[in-house]
Amino acid sequence: MAEEVVLLDFWRSPFGMRVRIALAEKGIKYEYKEEDLRNKSPLLLQMNPVHKKIPVLIHKGKPICESLIVVQYIEEVWNDRNPLLPSDPYKRAQARFWADYVDKKIYDLGSKFRTSRGEEKKAAKKELIEALKLLEEQLGDKTYFGGNNLGFVDIALVPFYAWFKANDAFGPLNIERKCPKFVAWAKRCMQKESVSKSLPDQNKVYEFIVERRKKLGIE
Amino acid sequence: MTSSQEDVTLLGVLASPFVCRVKIALKLKGVEYKYVEENLADKSDLLLKSNPVYKKVPVFVHNEKPIPESLVIVEYIDETWKHNPILPSEPYRRASARFWSKFIDDKVVGAAWKAVFTVDEKERENNVTETFEALQFLENELKDHKFFGGKEVGLVDIAAVFIAFWIPMFQEVAGLELFTSEKFPKLYKWSQEFINHPVVKESLPPRDPVFGSFKGRYESLTASK
Repeated sequence: MAEEVVLLDFWRSPFGMRVRIALAEKGIKYEYKEEDLRNKSPLLLQMNPVHKKIPVLIHKGKPICESLIVVQYIEEVWNDRNPLLPSDPYKRAQARFWADYVDKKIYDLGSKFRTSRGEEKKAAKKELIEALKLLEEQLGDKTYFGGNNLGFVDIALVPFYAWFKANDAFGPLNIERKCPKFVAWAKRCMQKESVSKSLPDQNKVYEFIVERRKKLGIE
Repeated sequence: MTSSQEDVTLLGVLASPFVCRVKIALKLKGVEYKYVEENLADKSDLLLKSNPVYKKVPVFVHNEKPIPESLVIVEYIDETWKHNPILPSEPYRRASARFWSKFIDDKVVGAAWKAVFTVDEKERENNVTETFEALQFLENELKDHKFFGGKEVGLVDIAAVFIAFWIPMFQEVAGLELFTSEKFPKLYKWSQEFINHPVVKESLPPRDPVFGSFKGRYESLTASK
């Protein structure tokens, strides 16, 4: 029942996108609630009192927070279809390690790159490209990080693609040229409905970033 | 017969709370292993090869396959040696255990460290406040349970060894009151139960040398002002 599963989310959040993809991969029906992050709902504050952030998955009235923890929860509850993590413990550990790496590196560096200038921006760019190259190495010749199917690391990383155009416009970042394997992988993921329906249009994200930069006074 | 000790290696340093987490997990499971004390100023080839991404400890090596990051390691240990479970079996409780372990890493460890080992006074004060706020959440979460894991030690307790053993050392080093029985009665009681738990007790490093190393660090930091 759709009422059993509720997702508190925000359209631009890459962390929210992760949960949307996982739910779609498992074919779970749910109610999507868009939060206004400048005016958080009482439900959000009640369900995530510690961080007051989205995404929050509410299942049978109980909240689960932190996107990668939510994805693992979804995997464990709906364990009869489309596994998102490998069954082998060592491969699972590797998947968790690389998803954690994405958390530590990719989104923060992207944000830093967009909002900083001069030397700080240069440093962020360098680190971000290096991180993407390391991930390319991990991908190797596989179709997805998860092998033949979308897996935990794919889900953790692919939302970054929604911010692609936005990031590239403020660089240039030149990801297409510097990390062609990453781009090819992202496009392959986008061919899956679970991904393409969970990520917002790149142009919409781009327009939002332009607006925010104007407000922050960054040219 | 090949000793099981050859199959399992832990690279660590005595003073690390993250390494300690892994030691506790291994002891809870009764897994024998080879321990290698690293010199972080002169990292071994094995460490650099096993954790090329971060070059940090702990690194757990099982049958020549390396795993870094303490919480990833602990989950791996739990999944590989299934007796004496560390995580609950029910998905919601598992999610909760992961949430609070991550909370400790994200909100407690950094703030407590910076509350002591920062030169700028304002930044130290901000981090003291942050540490108090974070510890209060844990105080509330513990409720009347003996351990975060319930009747037995679980993932969150293991993650929280930093609070039970390292924070008291930090506060002594800096003459600060971060974690006291007055401020956090339940959490404090938990910490005493935890460090006296037979398995945990045997996994903790000796206090004096570890305290000494932090004190030295603190003194050189404050002397540089």
